[in-house]
Amino acid sequence: MIQLTGVSKEYPKRGHALSDVSFSVGKGEFVFLTGHSGSGKSTTLKLIHMAERPTAGEVVVCGHSSARTSERDVWKLRRKVGYVFQEFRLLPGRSALENVAFALEVTGTRASAVAPKAQRLLAQVGLSPKLGALVHELSGGEQQRVAIARALANQPFVLLADEPTGNLDERATRGVMELFWDINAQGMAVVMATHDLELVRAYPQVRVLEIDQGRLVYDSASHQPASA
Amino acid sequence: MSHALREAVAAFRRTPVLTGLSAVMVGLALFVVALFALAAFNLRIALQAVEERVEVVAYLHEGTTAAEIEIASAELSRLPEVLEVNPVTKEEALERARRDLPEFGELFGATEVNPLPASLEVRLRDGTRTEVAIAEIADLADDYPFVEDVAYGREWVDKLFALRRIAGVTTAVLGGAFACVAALIIGTALRIAIFARKDEIYIMRLVGARNGFIRRPFLMEGAIAGLLGGALALAVTWGTYRAVVEFLFRVTWMPSAWAAGLVGAGAAFGILSSWVAVRRHLREV
Repeated sequence: MIQLTGVSKEYPKRGHALSDVSFSVGKGEFVFLTGHSGSGKSTTLKLIHMAERPTAGEVVVCGHSSARTSERDVWKLRRKVGYVFQEFRLLPGRSALENVAFALEVTGTRASAVAPKAQRLLAQVGLSPKLGALVHELSGGEQQRVAIARALANQPFVLLADEPTGNLDERATRGVMELFWDINAQGMAVVMATHDLELVRAYPQVRVLEIDQGRLVYDSASHQPASA
Repeated sequence: MSHALREAVAAFRRTPVLTGLSAVMVGLALFVVALFALAAFNLRIALQAVEERVEVVAYLHEGTTAAEIEIASAELSRLPEVLEVNPVTKEEALERARRDLPEFGELFGATEVNPLPASLEVRLRDGTRTEVAIAEIADLADDYPFVEDVAYGREWVDKLFALRRIAGVTTAVLGGAFACVAALIIGTALRIAIFARKDEIYIMRLVGARNGFIRRPFLMEGAIAGLLGGALALAVTWGTYRAVVEFLFRVTWMPSAWAAGLVGAGAAFGILSSWVAVRRHLREV
């Protein structure tokens, strides 16, 4: 599903963000990507989403290789990979329904199918009663649920989540995590970046990849340091 | 395409002030261009009117026969630059002088001898009145032995054509400069409007919308803002034209092709500016 092979990423000003990172994520797997702020978690997710390209190595996601996927064709990958952010990134001034409908419209869903499908997605994340609420009228947890519903619009194979609980209280965090579990139980791979070790410890069954200073230093799947 | 149009109209509805301001900025930028075009067009008409009066006059010796005049007229008429050759008799010349120069009426009335010579007036076709062509025709006419003198106001013609050249260069340079400034203003106005919607572009890229699909509503929006701006510019220019005619002096309205070109240029600038601005945002995700 996801395969990173010897991936490095260097920025002109910041220097090395990732160095020789290799790991794979299988179909339906749930993975925590942990590490301190600035360790390279977000960069890893961006590389998987192909918002960034590796300086060295190769990223292959759902059969799309970073070496062969042009900017023009990257939309094909994006429809297979959902993305959720810490800061939600919803369109202000629009309702929950409109935010999800927007994602459906712009990816070619038939006009007559947009509203029912958006309603179904919001029902899936438990927001049926808040369809018409404007995003600023929703709590943080609810906004994150709208963002998750939007990420599910194209029925992706993988859901990437970059610190999705970073702005949420404990109760909302629990709710969002339960939602991720449900989504994962339906066969979708989830890769969630978080620096919250308490959260990681609360789910001991989840595979953990730890990144430190741009290097993959631990992979719980092998129960040993990942880098040689 | 229907989605693009729907989104473009929705964008106008969602942010009417911003999109309205864009259209007004486009309109004001094009108004300057339109006003300049109107001035340039009227200057061209004025110069053309003066140019049309340029003609070569060959004054004939006393005693030139009608046959000689006919031959010279026929030969000169065959030249491609020549529109017509009008023979003017001594009597006609005197008649004209009396009519056109009433202040010398007594002088022309008192004399028993007609001092004015017969002549051939050579008129040129539009578009052929160049300094070289005029001089060549004057030389040809002067070659006839019965032609005493040829006049076409060499100095005056030289100045006229120099003025036309200056006007042409000035129009091109200033018009180009105004068009560039208008393009920059239109580009900035639409970039601001698109910047305000960069989140939408980001989300579209994020969820996997195709670049063409993302671009189309913005190009449509740019075209609409450009068209509205062009129409506004045309309306304000028309108002200015009417005011000038009413209170200052008579001017001629620009040809309809120019007016259509102005509105079309507004749309073209709008589309181009939007394309450049969207491309920048498309690179961000």
